[in-house]
Amino acid sequence: MIISVASGKGGTGKTTIAVNLAICLTDVQFLDCDVEGPNAHIFLKPQISDVKKAVIPVPEIDEAKCIHCGTCQEVCAFKAIAVLPRNDSGKGNVLIFPHLCHGCGACSLLCPQKAIREVDKDIGTIEIGTKNEMHFVHGRLKPGEAMSPPLIRQVKTYINSTKTVIIDAPPGTSCPVITAVKGSDFCILVTEPTPFGLNDLILAVEVLRKLKITFGVVINRSDIGDGKVESFCQEENIPILMRIPFSREIAIHYSQGVPIVEKDISYRVQFKNLYSKICEIANEANRRH
Amino acid sequence: MKQIAVISGKGGTGKTTVTGSLAALSQNKIIVDCDVDAADLHLLLHPTIKERHEFISGLTAVIDKQLCRKCKRCVSVCRFAAITPELTIEPFSCEGCGLCSRVCQNGAIHMKEKVAGEWFVSQTQYGSFVHAKLGIAEDNSGKLVAEIRRVAQELAESEKSDYILIDGPPGIGCPVIASLSGIDCALIVTEPTLSGLHDAQRVMEVAQHFKIPVKLVVNKFDLNPTMTQQIEEFCQKQGVQVIGKIAFDPIIVKALIDRKIIIEYANCPASDELRKIWEELKN
Repeated sequence: MIISVASGKGGTGKTTIAVNLAICLTDVQFLDCDVEGPNAHIFLKPQISDVKKAVIPVPEIDEAKCIHCGTCQEVCAFKAIAVLPRNDSGKGNVLIFPHLCHGCGACSLLCPQKAIREVDKDIGTIEIGTKNEMHFVHGRLKPGEAMSPPLIRQVKTYINSTKTVIIDAPPGTSCPVITAVKGSDFCILVTEPTPFGLNDLILAVEVLRKLKITFGVVINRSDIGDGKVESFCQEENIPILMRIPFSREIAIHYSQGVPIVEKDISYRVQFKNLYSKICEIANEANRRH
Repeated sequence: MKQIAVISGKGGTGKTTVTGSLAALSQNKIIVDCDVDAADLHLLLHPTIKERHEFISGLTAVIDKQLCRKCKRCVSVCRFAAITPELTIEPFSCEGCGLCSRVCQNGAIHMKEKVAGEWFVSQTQYGSFVHAKLGIAEDNSGKLVAEIRRVAQELAESEKSDYILIDGPPGIGCPVIASLSGIDCALIVTEPTLSGLHDAQRVMEVAQHFKIPVKLVVNKFDLNPTMTQQIEEFCQKQGVQVIGKIAFDPIIVKALIDRKIIIEYANCPASDELRKIWEELKN
């Protein structure tokens, strides 16, 4: 089973839930897909055994073959290529803007002169390791790189579906989140009972309904806000899987990179219960489909 | 005119709480919410929407089943796995490159423009406010950020504003880069946790990559004073000024529940600190 952990709003406790859940289960693979701000390794402290470069293909022009016909510029939907046609002295130029390139391959495939080949552009790294029995993979987007979805897709190629896979997703509701949660059997939405938490939860719920992914909610710092998240979940028939009250102690453990279950044994039971609830709901949803 | 963006790397560190207070403290400015995929600043500013515009961005492929001869050339060229073997388009995977429509020999695929969100120009008691709502599960958040920033700059010129205050998105990717381009100062709001520091370092690297001056605020600094000190030492090494440290205070959550800006809600140490932060920032 693939379980992703997401939230509209950032800082609600995605990584806390993902990490602690993973520690309490057996035969687990952990994928940190928050490649812009990967933090799970801070808590899991995995032993990294392999580091791979993550690349995307970008075009390179063979000046000897290029006749500056402008086809590549025309077919590039992302304005990543500009062709300066030949001037009177027969000199032209092709400018490539790699940060705009999505790596679709249209230019190289459609160049009539076969003058474009694709070269690798570095966008970050993928690190693979283990923590005790747990398998661990995360992606680290290179600062200054704009596009995280290709790296998230590459992290997800390591999914081993014979294991329980936990995916830590980035915050938000746009492409990086979609890329991370797509294909999950279940998604845990982590929120907090504040107007910001509720506003962003509503958006995240819309995303999951669009993607047709079964989900439930965990309310973190459940006693510091108001009851509007609870009533929203009730009205919308969304299961509340777990509530974690605010505690200065938890906050301090978090700040030091220590998972709660290592400090407070009672949370082990709670996270195991969380997993049973998820299995129950996911199975129920499967039966209905 | 000075453009200031509030960013964090890690989400939930208090960007919007800080931006809200800066909006209340500063004079003669335009406020922009660039966290377009999970915008929250409007919850504090209570805007009256004056203008509403569609955000048209990107293309998506549409297959005409009548014309399709099932050669599957489209499937083989698509790098985004956006066309299923049954020849239907997965709209969330399609990046709109159009390669499928170009290689289809039967003219069965055309590209359709899509409405990827909405943006608004609003009035608030703190001044003009430009904000947006990215369509659910849409991409191109960076482009939408660029668009609302362009609108804000035009407004700022016509209103002769002194500042543009930008509430930025979390992370370090596309919308963050679009929020930072050409600004005068980035204010990083972080928290004294290992994750907060880790992500602040990454976003600082992005800002420095684009040669943007950076200042930093530690929120909830007293939750882990040792970590706060570590953040301060890191900043000192980087030549980044720490212009404020906000203490953890449940009243900040109460203000948020009442959808009020903290400096208008209570006279508390956090409000005093935010006033000090604005004094440091405006120069």
